Amino acid sequence: MLSANEPVTFWQRLYVYFYQAFIYKDRWQQYLNGVKTTLFVTAIALLIGVILGLIVAIVRTAHDQQRLGHKNWLLGLLNSIFQVYVTVIRGTPMMVQLMIMGFVIFATSKDFALVGALTLGINSGAYTAEIIRGGLMSVDAGQTEAGRSLGLNYMDTMRFIIVPQAVKAILPSLGNEFIVLLKDTSLISVIGGKELIYAARGVISRTYEPMFPFLGAAFIYLVLVMVFTWLLGIFERRLRASDRR
Amino acid sequence: MIDVKNLTKRFGELLVLDGVSEHIDKGECVVVIGPSGSGKSTFLRCLNLLETPTSGEIIFDGVSMTDPKTDINLMRQKMGMVFQHFNLFPNMTILKNCTLAPVRTGKMNKADAEAKAMELLGRVGLQDKATSYPAQLSGGQKQRVAIVRALCMEPDVMLFDEPTSALDPEMVGEVLDVMKRLAKQGMTMVVVTHEMGFAREVAHRVVFLDGGKLLEQGTPAQIFGNPQNERLQSFLAKVL
Repeated sequence: MLSANEPVTFWQRLYVYFYQAFIYKDRWQQYLNGVKTTLFVTAIALLIGVILGLIVAIVRTAHDQQRLGHKNWLLGLLNSIFQVYVTVIRGTPMMVQLMIMGFVIFATSKDFALVGALTLGINSGAYTAEIIRGGLMSVDAGQTEAGRSLGLNYMDTMRFIIVPQAVKAILPSLGNEFIVLLKDTSLISVIGGKELIYAARGVISRTYEPMFPFLGAAFIYLVLVMVFTWLLGIFERRLRASDRR
Repeated sequence: MIDVKNLTKRFGELLVLDGVSEHIDKGECVVVIGPSGSGKSTFLRCLNLLETPTSGEIIFDGVSMTDPKTDINLMRQKMGMVFQHFNLFPNMTILKNCTLAPVRTGKMNKADAEAKAMELLGRVGLQDKATSYPAQLSGGQKQRVAIVRALCMEPDVMLFDEPTSALDPEMVGEVLDVMKRLAKQGMTMVVVTHEMGFAREVAHRVVFLDGGKLLEQGTPAQIFGNPQNERLQSFLAKVL
């Protein structure tokens, strides 16, 4: 493309870098594959995080709401385990958790993306649990009392009365957690997960030119997050429409 | 029907109920009065174990409520409760508010529960609000719905925790009217209220609580006409 000994302008060089970063040898496909892995990891981690978070939140709320003299030992045991889980996950860096999972616990696994998704899911679960727990506690205690005074059991009161009201309070912070999760998938490149940042670094190792690959990756993350925020907004408006206040 | 024996409730250091004993007969309408902080709401909430008594015993229909082996959900189905702040479920229509418990506890099927709810809503003049949400109702309407919601479980006893205290003055009457009719039909009722007019007119028996102790009880004529206890005399002097 560039012949030797010919002076190039700044703009020409910029164009060449851009061409090398995205178009030459169809390199845009590498980013696309990276995005696919990023979205796959996000989806799996989200699923694990929400299910884990829901279980932890419900057990911990149920434990705290037990009547005096009616302590359930199983609930107490689970509550202690989950408390340790939340403390450890929130108290150690995401990066360290990934390295322990990738290089120690699953050192022999070659499915780096899945190990990454699992780690992110376990991490997200701890934060999601606290978000959901906060939402459940934000519902007026009178609602629980009304449900229980009618003879409904704890699970029915939760399912029909408390959880539907808590969802509205939970959704904005949960959306925030999802966005953090999506961006945190970039960390799994340290254990070899072939996501977007991994793809960008692959291109850089060929061109020795980091500007466009990283700018491109940043732009893609931004677009993904914006699309996600837009979808969340639609969902929230639909919930409010059924609110009729 | 309800036997309360030496009921004591502490919140930490604070002694709220101090050895209250009381017997409520079937078909009786008992009104509990007393200054604020006297423990009357706590007394009522102990009856269906929304508050766990520190000591003492509550026997309802021959079953000890305070026994850990008692199925408390089953017992609560026989005790309706109406709250000061209505506590309707804002995420459901009025009809759903009324039918949720009868259907989920297996007491009635959906069609029967809805028929029952519509009949009771009709009796309090709110049949046309069945598909509305609680937020669309006035305070008085909400409290009438709350009474209907409790009645849908066909309870043996109705507990009222200051049912008119959160209402605008012009809405108090409509709720009291519903309660009066209920009492006339022979429903067993325990009512915590500041409405002395209601106590005088409807109660079979008035109970005066102060400082967590049951200080005096008797017919409305005795309590309002010839109060014996000094605390009751000064309380009545202030509220009447």
